[in-house]
Amino acid sequence: MIIRILGEGQFRLDGKHLEKLNRIDNEIVGHVSKGNKAEFRKDIAKLIAIIKEEGEPLDPVEIVPSDIIIPPGDMSITEAKKIFCGEGLIKG
Amino acid sequence: MGFLDRVSTVVQAKMNKIMDKIEDPRETLDLSYEKQLQLLQNVKRGVAEVTTSKKRIELQKAKLQASIDKLDSQAKEALAANREDLARKALENKAGLQSQFASMDQQIADLNDQQQKLIAAESRLAAKVESFRTKKETIKAQYSAAEAQVKVTESVTGISEEMADVGMAVQRAEEKTDNMKARSAALDELLESGTLTDFSGDDELGRELAKAKAQSSVDDELAKMKAEMKK
Repeated sequence: MIIRILGEGQFRLDGKHLEKLNRIDNEIVGHVSKGNKAEFRKDIAKLIAIIKEEGEPLDPVEIVPSDIIIPPGDMSITEAKKIFCGEGLIKG
Repeated sequence: MGFLDRVSTVVQAKMNKIMDKIEDPRETLDLSYEKQLQLLQNVKRGVAEVTTSKKRIELQKAKLQASIDKLDSQAKEALAANREDLARKALENKAGLQSQFASMDQQIADLNDQQQKLIAAESRLAAKVESFRTKKETIKAQYSAAEAQVKVTESVTGISEEMADVGMAVQRAEEKTDNMKARSAALDELLESGTLTDFSGDDELGRELAKAKAQSSVDDELAKMKAEMKK
């Protein structure tokens, strides 16, 4: 599958990692709703680390849509809350 | 709905704004390409802006360091002239500057990180744009309007995602540099208003220190004269 880390480009990752990513994703939902800043950052970093360690960067000349999009590593929990409120990553 | 699905929704919304609904797929290709070139220019501007901000903070850091050094030597001079009150004042000001100084390294590191990311994004986008251009010409040459539709949708969607990503990265970088600009403008104001400035010029501490030094040299001279007259 193709995964994009926002701000860092696309990676090709074996589908066997999907379950792990989903598990972390669910935990992130909990951290955002509880406002748990430290755990939120830790899990976003964990997601990014899995993709970078297990995946291969996609050749930039390839033009393909991604299956999963991961937020940038420096996303704050305030920005994450806005995403849940439907306000988006960046206004406009 | 998971968090990552939400993130995708946000990116999708951005992509929809980038992609125009146009009947003729060939026109879609050309329009998308034009937008890609515009975005490339934007990224270049973004990189330049981050670089300027970084230089500005580095300059300000050097200026702060000079002020800190000066206050330090002024504190020593004040002590030598037996004016502990002035020395205390100089050291208090120095402490104020030092707390500002500490946060600057972090700001410079953040900007450096932004700069590196944007430069990498620019080169990824440039590679994709070039590849899109080739693809676009092939599609235009080889397919009829009806056949081209699928190919066009595929490549326009793919590149629009990249464009949404890069667009957001530029905006995030701009927001960060705006924040830092505001902070560094505030610091400039502090430095200029004299609250944190160096005290060698026409300011209060400088004047007091000069007076104290003059006083102690007068005292020295008086003592010398008295000693000579006793002879």
